[in-house]
Amino acid sequence: MRVETIFEMTSPYRDSFRIKGFRFGNGEKTLAIAGPMRGDEIQQQYICSQIVRRLTMAEQHGRISEGKSILVIPSCNPFSMNVSRRFWAMDNTDINRMFPGYSQGETTQRIAAAIFSALEGFEYGIQLASYYVPGDFVPHVRMITTGYETLDTAKLFGMKFVSLCKPRPFDTALLNYNWQIWNTKAFSVYAGCTSRIDSTAASETVDAIMRMMQAAKILTKTVTLSPAYEPAVVDESELLHVKASHAGIFYRLKSPGSSIESGDVLAQIIDPYNGQCLSEVKSPADGIVFFAHNQPLVFENGLIFMIRGM
Amino acid sequence: MIKTIVSTELPIDEKFRIRKNVISGTQKGPRLCVVTGTHGDELEGQMVCYELVKTVSENLKFLEGTLEVYPAFNPLGIDTIQRGIPNFDLDMNRIFPGDPLGTMAEQTAYALIEDIKGADMVIDIHSSNLYLRETPQVRINEKTAEKLVPFAEHLGMDFIWVHDAATVLEATLAWSLNVAETPCLVVEMGVGQRINNSMCRRLVNGIFNLMKHLGMWTGKVASPETKPVICQGGSVTFLNAETSGVFLTDLKCGTRVSETETIGMIVDPLQGKMLSRVTSPVSGYMFTIRAYPIVYEGSLMARIFNS
Ligand SMILES: [Zn+2]
Repeated sequence: MRVETIFEMTSPYRDSFRIKGFRFGNGEKTLAIAGPMRGDEIQQQYICSQIVRRLTMAEQHGRISEGKSILVIPSCNPFSMNVSRRFWAMDNTDINRMFPGYSQGETTQRIAAAIFSALEGFEYGIQLASYYVPGDFVPHVRMITTGYETLDTAKLFGMKFVSLCKPRPFDTALLNYNWQIWNTKAFSVYAGCTSRIDSTAASETVDAIMRMMQAAKILTKTVTLSPAYEPAVVDESELLHVKASHAGIFYRLKSPGSSIESGDVLAQIIDPYNGQCLSEVKSPADGIVFFAHNQPLVFENGLIFMIRGM
Repeated sequence: MIKTIVSTELPIDEKFRIRKNVISGTQKGPRLCVVTGTHGDELEGQMVCYELVKTVSENLKFLEGTLEVYPAFNPLGIDTIQRGIPNFDLDMNRIFPGDPLGTMAEQTAYALIEDIKGADMVIDIHSSNLYLRETPQVRINEKTAEKLVPFAEHLGMDFIWVHDAATVLEATLAWSLNVAETPCLVVEMGVGQRINNSMCRRLVNGIFNLMKHLGMWTGKVASPETKPVICQGGSVTFLNAETSGVFLTDLKCGTRVSETETIGMIVDPLQGKMLSRVTSPVSGYMFTIRAYPIVYEGSLMARIFNS
């Protein structure tokens, strides 16, 4: 393992902003893993640390395939995480909306450019990502459909689900979109939650990424991992959206991954003044909870569940 | 007449509302929508709305058509001094045309677009942000320039910037409306969190001029004092900070600068040292200058139109 500084920038009042890369193996640029770009992606930070640990051991045991190299960037944005801000604190911009970046542009465009130049040219790319709506997901691999996406490789992770989504106009500035356009087989891995560590979902995700490395022959000599799933492919436009009919206190009864039947109560919305149940949120179909709101309060019409129907 | 476009419950005994004032004239005529407050830290539009509603209401006999004023697209943002939408950390001007099935923010964006659609003209007023100071200007996407520049000239702003089409801008209100064949002009001026009275009065006068041109205002209007500098297909130089530090300047925007002229310096207060001198790489019209003094490498310092 070799550690290098991929990007460094002085700060007027803080230590220098540094992005570090951890390289394993030698030879062709085979796999790059990008860690948190947002300061609240704690689960993703933890997962990256575990991957670096596992790869360090794999390298010590000679398990990295001849002629293949791996790069892990465990944090693309330590500054925001250190001050509990989601985005770049000085101007509230999102590094993951700045790709492919511009080295002569604004601060976060420069950071994105430096990250992208380190990450481009790899055969496979994995980003530990979070969703723009706060909530918990069933762990899954997500791909943007650009025409370059590779479903077969996505299945190698052996996670329960692979989801496909159409890019919206502003998605063209995401790392993942640009990775694909520049010929990297790119995947976003959603590891359940974001701002806290869920160790079960984290170890499932770490295993999935290690499994993908074994299946893609980036690692030799398989080691035992938790059992793989035969992934179900989910078209995100077909997910059923459940909205809150009232605002109030959100009391969740079903979590991501739960199997449910039509009419099952997913949550209760409680009147914050008198404690009465304002609404029992019911499932519109048989299926699996794919996404669930995770805040204690909810707004009227707020998106609280996404259900993958059977 | 005050109309409520969006009304939904917040968790604890409060309604989230977006409202507009619809002022109808004595005669039928065009429909003009004035929109602002999408970014909660931009306040110039508040004075413009106030002056406009007050003057038109007091002089209804001159109005032929309908003026609709939307002072606060993002009321919670204004109330909490946040640029984006609170709880979502989303820039509202990046989620248009919205989605009736999406998040609350996307549903709101959708409802607003549907409400405005079909207007004869829309003016979307912004006032830069905390970081940059802007000369009063109109911004127009090159794809709609031919149609919109002639209207923009009536607003009496100093500068009209016809910029190229960036995909990220496709999620703005202006883009979404223009795609829906509802013409929309974007005004930028001043700096975030402050109101510059004289700039606001100029824009109010400009809006009356435009209303006159549209045939919906028969009252007296002073002609604009300035002819705008129009940057059409011309090149705009973006000047970014070479070093992180504290930016000091004596200059204002809306001035001509010459090549190699010093715009300011970036200094280190701990060591009492200048870290870099910010100089103009071109001669031209500086229509944007850095307002917030703390800068990082890459922070935008100025925009200069090389005329
Ligand atoms: Zn704005």
